[in-house]
Amino acid sequence: MRAVAIGCWLTCLILASPAIAQEKARTLPADHDYAKLRPGPHRDLAQTQCQFCHSTDYIVMQPRGDAKQWDAVVTKMIKVFGAPLSEADAKAITEYLATTYGPPR
Amino acid sequence: MDELKTKFPAAKVVAVNQCSGNSRGRFSPRVLGGQWGDGAMGNAEWVGARMRDILTRAGVRQGGLQVTFDGLDKPAFPTVPDFVKSLDVSRIMDDPDVIVAYQMNGQPLPMLNGYPARLVVPGWYATYWVKNLSEIEVIDHVFEKFWMKPGYRIPDAPCGCVEPGTAPARTVPITRMTVRSFIAVPAPGARVAVGQPVPLKGIAFDGGYGISEVQTSTDGGTSWRRTQLGADLGRYSFREWSAVWTPPAPNSYRLMVRAFNGIGESQGTQPLWNPAGYLRNVIEQVDVQAV
Repeated sequence: MRAVAIGCWLTCLILASPAIAQEKARTLPADHDYAKLRPGPHRDLAQTQCQFCHSTDYIVMQPRGDAKQWDAVVTKMIKVFGAPLSEADAKAITEYLATTYGPPR
Repeated sequence: MDELKTKFPAAKVVAVNQCSGNSRGRFSPRVLGGQWGDGAMGNAEWVGARMRDILTRAGVRQGGLQVTFDGLDKPAFPTVPDFVKSLDVSRIMDDPDVIVAYQMNGQPLPMLNGYPARLVVPGWYATYWVKNLSEIEVIDHVFEKFWMKPGYRIPDAPCGCVEPGTAPARTVPITRMTVRSFIAVPAPGARVAVGQPVPLKGIAFDGGYGISEVQTSTDGGTSWRRTQLGADLGRYSFREWSAVWTPPAPNSYRLMVRAFNGIGESQGTQPLWNPAGYLRNVIEQVDVQAV
């Protein structure tokens, strides 16, 4: 059932390719100012934990939302993507997001 | 890679690669996700081996239902699902334009475009165009790992939409792109001269039936006129359009564009909505000032 031959054929060829075998160090540009998290309670915790997987771009660009929205986002990061957050940290990050990126008043 | 280039005839296709969530930032009510403007798309000439030739060479046994595609990329964290996509065997065997591309615009694929080889699924959203392709597998069931389910799903309705702000009862994988057209010139807010011809230009594309007609309106959608179509680079490509408009009086004007494809599909005056922010194809408009 499995097209093993093809899978291995492509994998092996690509891994054996000299362009891939040659490792090159690359310095990535710093995040632009736009992506900087705004000051707020537990900002540093949010910065550290969220950046394990994604740029803070993905936080600052989202629609403003209340605690319900941000709790759903943090819960998704834990349950769907396996973010290793303690219950206390999850609560603190939700609080940061809901107060700093809450609905426009 | 050499075998991919030498054991299979090279196939060429010009095709638009567009993110499922292109223009998501324009959804109202707004939705979570990458807040794209309209720039999450590109058009290029792709050259590679036909996926159906590869399957034929490998041999698909009785009961082979779907094919999965995995790339060399790995998730940022081990618990994040690996990016793997699937297509029906029939989708591949019926369409000679589904290719494993190793060239883009006559050059080897750049790293960010999927070097050394990527899947190209003309007419379908970019989520299927797996980069740095490293593993192809034929399976006897419907693949339902994360990036096929619950990821990249649309409401199970002909419009792929639901009442704004509501959740769909059932979803299906996103597949074919909707019809879109854009005004590239003039720019929003441009000042144009009364009584002088103003060139209108832009592009249109769809999910593979080809653009048959593009129309513009200079009166906010009350009346529409046919535009001139540019070179036909194939049914999956951007199609340029152009028109000339002479503003009759000093005023602000709302310019609009809509396209029709080979099966009569077009664009609506009201945006369709779904919770993931996919399939956007409302009629685009540009406001200009004639002085």
